[in-house]
Amino acid sequence: MTLQHEGGPGSGHGGPAHRTLPSPLPRPEEELRTLQRVWRMPRGLGLLSEVNNNVIGVMYIGAALLFFVLAGLLALAMRAQLAFPESALLDHDTYNQFFTVHGTGMMFLFAVPVVEAIGVYLIPAMLGARDLPFPRLSAFAFWAYFFGGLSFFASLLFDAAPDGGWFMYPPLTSYEHSPGIRADFWLLGIGFIEISAIAGAIEIIVGILRTRPPGMTLDKLPIYCWAMLIMAGMIIFAFPAVILATALLEVERVFHWPFFIAERGGDPLLWQHLFWFFGHPEVYIIFLPGAGLVSMMVPTLARYPLIGHNLVVLALVGTGVFSFGLWVHHMFTTGIPPLSLSFFSAASMAVAVPSGIQVFAWIATLGKGRVQWTVATWFLMGFLFIFVLGGLTGVMVAVVPFDWQAHDSYFIVAHLHYVLIGGMVFPMFAALYHWWPTLNGTLLSERLGRWAFWLMFGGFNVTFFPMHITGLLGMPRRVYTYPGDLGWNLLNMVSTVGAFVLALGVLIVLADMARNAFGRGQPASDNPWNGGTLEWIPNGNYAVRSIPYVTGLYPLWENPNLSREVQAGAHFLPGAPTDRRETIVTSPIESKPQYLMPMPGPHWGHFLAGLFTALHFLCLTVGWYLISILPALIAIASVIWWLWDLDTGEDHPPQEVGGGWRIPVYVQGPSNHSWWAMVVLLLVDGTAFACLIFSYIFLWTVSPDVWPSDPAALPGIGWLGGGLLLLALAALSLWWASRSLGADRQAGVRLGLLLCFLFLLAAAVGEGYAQIQTGLKGAESAYGAVTYMLVAWQGFHMAVLLLMIGYTLARSFRGLIHARRRVTFDNTMLMAGYTVGQGAFALLLAHLFPRLFG
Amino acid sequence: MALPPWPTRRTSLAPVPLLGLLSGAGFLLSGCEGAQSALDPAGFNAREILFTSWILFIGGAVIFLFVMALAVWAVLAKGDRFPGARAWVIGGGILFPVVTLTALLLHEFALARRLVTVAETPALTIEVTGYMWWWDVRYRRPGAGPEEPALRSANELVIPTGRPVELLVGAADVIHSFWVPSLAGKMDMIPGHVNRLALLAEKPGLYRGQCAEYCGAQHALMAFHVRVLEPEEFDAWLAARNRPVTRPEDPVLARGYDAFFTQGCQSCHAVRGTPAVSTLGPDLSDMGARAGLAAGSFENNVGTLAGWIASAQHLKPGNRMPSFNVMDGETLRALAAWLESLK
Repeated sequence: MTLQHEGGPGSGHGGPAHRTLPSPLPRPEEELRTLQRVWRMPRGLGLLSEVNNNVIGVMYIGAALLFFVLAGLLALAMRAQLAFPESALLDHDTYNQFFTVHGTGMMFLFAVPVVEAIGVYLIPAMLGARDLPFPRLSAFAFWAYFFGGLSFFASLLFDAAPDGGWFMYPPLTSYEHSPGIRADFWLLGIGFIEISAIAGAIEIIVGILRTRPPGMTLDKLPIYCWAMLIMAGMIIFAFPAVILATALLEVERVFHWPFFIAERGGDPLLWQHLFWFFGHPEVYIIFLPGAGLVSMMVPTLARYPLIGHNLVVLALVGTGVFSFGLWVHHMFTTGIPPLSLSFFSAASMAVAVPSGIQVFAWIATLGKGRVQWTVATWFLMGFLFIFVLGGLTGVMVAVVPFDWQAHDSYFIVAHLHYVLIGGMVFPMFAALYHWWPTLNGTLLSERLGRWAFWLMFGGFNVTFFPMHITGLLGMPRRVYTYPGDLGWNLLNMVSTVGAFVLALGVLIVLADMARNAFGRGQPASDNPWNGGTLEWIPNGNYAVRSIPYVTGLYPLWENPNLSREVQAGAHFLPGAPTDRRETIVTSPIESKPQYLMPMPGPHWGHFLAGLFTALHFLCLTVGWYLISILPALIAIASVIWWLWDLDTGEDHPPQEVGGGWRIPVYVQGPSNHSWWAMVVLLLVDGTAFACLIFSYIFLWTVSPDVWPSDPAALPGIGWLGGGLLLLALAALSLWWASRSLGADRQAGVRLGLLLCFLFLLAAAVGEGYAQIQTGLKGAESAYGAVTYMLVAWQGFHMAVLLLMIGYTLARSFRGLIHARRRVTFDNTMLMAGYTVGQGAFALLLAHLFPRLFG
Repeated sequence: MALPPWPTRRTSLAPVPLLGLLSGAGFLLSGCEGAQSALDPAGFNAREILFTSWILFIGGAVIFLFVMALAVWAVLAKGDRFPGARAWVIGGGILFPVVTLTALLLHEFALARRLVTVAETPALTIEVTGYMWWWDVRYRRPGAGPEEPALRSANELVIPTGRPVELLVGAADVIHSFWVPSLAGKMDMIPGHVNRLALLAEKPGLYRGQCAEYCGAQHALMAFHVRVLEPEEFDAWLAARNRPVTRPEDPVLARGYDAFFTQGCQSCHAVRGTPAVSTLGPDLSDMGARAGLAAGSFENNVGTLAGWIASAQHLKPGNRMPSFNVMDGETLRALAAWLESLK
């Protein structure tokens, strides 16, 4: 740790708590001008190159709302079709596309992105950080998501939209029953949210753990950030399952490898396990941020600190943990043995406890405080009503026999809309009204907001409450029509009327936002609802004027002068000492300043990378495989362009940031933020690989008969030994390269990296050849399919390493890497080291498992 | 043979007032009945589940009203008059749910056990296989070996009251789900799996079921019927199944019989005792006795059947049956009449 701390005893740990402010006043005049200059937002078209979280966050939220509206319009069309029995408004084909795009769009292109988008916008402000740690990564994720989402919805215009339902169960969605490109469009839409969700999770985790303001130890972390931290952790362990599932499905569709085809040893249930292992945490990935927003707004609106703060944090952690033990409750009717069902039933009920803790914490806080009635308060009350009802029906469907009736009926449609719209959409609209003043210093209309609330609340309940009954009366979900003599007619008509009322409420909010954007908003004071957390300190594009020293959970309540002090520049980092965008990186638990991170500014690389990544996947989707190479190359080149000027090394001496802290502008090794991000990424990678191993073993338990029983059918054991030897040599080369870098021997670095790559490549190719020469075919059986998938998985990592090692070598030749500037090298080393380990594991599995259990 | 009449009863939900819908669970009391309703049970399974459902609905409504009342009080009351703080979180958020949910779980386990053991020694085994978008049905005599040919039918099950029945459900193409809400909960039909659903019917009648797992284009038109007979009626029905179908004497019906073969219907369909033995499509041996047509999609009579034969692709686009619209009207009617005569 290269922390240099100057200052007398007491000035460090105690910091500026004793009214000695970190930076002496008054500040020199040019300081603010420098800050404004380096953080200036590009004008006009240049805005597309901006990376600042204020801008990206708002565009991100805007895009998510656009997709919300589009998916909502599809819902209205479906409700119109179902208003009458045997209606001919929409034919079956259109309806099936509509409900698939509605579900997929709402879950993947609205709900997950919007909660991350709100995080991108709010988290740095709540932490007093100047930006998120990887601004260009967020911007890239946004653009890839935006273009990808647009092309997903555009598939409707070409009658090419997916029609397999949002959870796309094979075999219906595999090549035999869904030829053509419709299912591929679903995989495209999912692909983008996978990229942007993981990019977002990395940002959020590293941002919350490493860019907190001095003094904000973890126990003083705002509860919303806790929710986002846990949500990001859940993304890391949940998304890999769906990444793997979609990869398997796409491979099955293209190469006919039978992962999910029963006749050849596959199993449709493998998809369900993988999908719901992701899909259930997904629900909480959407809900936890909503709960976090509520836990921020309730204390502000009740003018009282959140009661049971620590219990609520525990509840959030508990929800995150429990949510991984619930996935089978989406599969209660698949014939899984009753004993397993009991376990998942109990776990599904247990998750009611953390939700209950939060609900009662909010109610108790409202009870102890004096409530101010704003639009946000109304939306929060509506949220409580809807969410509690949805939670109770959730307990009902956790009861296995009840679920045997309710499952896949309109009862479930009602339940899921109660928890998702209740748990996330209502808090989001409350948040929209609550935090709007931080956007442009004006208020949305309280009058229109109340109209919108009552229309949405009423419309919502009129739409979805009757669906509980429709479902119990036997109406299955996903039917484009129904007979008129089953008692469903009136209920459906009521639901349709309610849906249009709900839509009218949303329209009023949109109109209110438009009205505000055209300058009709009423000016707000700096902190109109008297919030207690840092996002209510007035700020510019550079975020806060100085980064506050934090002493409690509600810093603005505890020190009423804090906002003025911060604006005067009396706290940390009041300027831009190295004359560029930068923020303070702090230690993960105690939040002590560690170094000054230079932040990348506006650039076109990430924008082009996002655009061409989307184009690449679009080309793949429509089957233009050769042409797709071109956008892929442009995207890769753009990424390299955006990265090239980063990892600057220690190009400035340590800087004074206030409070007697003098900190370096560069650190390397495990305290570097980029190292953290890489470790998070490898957790994602490792979880995906673990899911692949799960798939291997799962398929074996289903169809042991397709596994070779005769060891002679396997590659000789020498292939295993040779492969392991090559991997060991790769690890050795990597270690040698790292040592050489420490001694500044560039030749050793280059040779070591090159050898590492070649040994890894030889191991991967050798394993592929070993399997091919036995005559094994991927399309023949689930065994062949999953064995080659292990090979292909390693092959994909070789492609990644080709880029990373090539990039590192290029920097070595340009003299941009040396013993005290090795962050780029370290990242490559982490990935290469991981690939060695993964390769060894894959080899052992592929060669030993059939011998031991075949 | 006396079959229960085609159900003409209409469900009576219309009087449920809109306000009632919004006022909690009480509206459910207003008695919804229907041939496809979990609220109107006609079998042991559905009845047991409904009883537990009522515990859930009433318990849920009480908790909901209490929490809402507390929330309203919380926002209206002055802070110092609102008692307790963390006590609410611990009592309401932890103690209460742990106690109630544990009790509920015990109740649930007992119920689940009763339901899965209802047909430990089944009096009848029926194999139902889901196809896009119809149901293949095979009856197995109790104790019959696998070599004994099963009695085949389609899109309608006939079962007795009071005797435990075991359904072995599977799928031929994609995932389907077997659901007759009035009799029991649903069970998925998954390619490569055979799932077991045990049920016990209690009230004779005709009940409607429907595929509950989305299965492609015509998922909405994949329904079926379950005809529940008194045991002795059932035995008579079963005994009558062994009579082979022969070429009828009646000239019109005979013309229909011939048309069946000249049009090539036998390349997909089977009719017991005739040269038509294909298993690609639904077995038509008792077509005339079935309540529904095209997997419960339409009412079944000579007129609708003729319409279906002539324009199956128009009525249920994407299904495997081509529209046979080249027959002259008379032949078409004769064919439909002959099929309707098969009972």
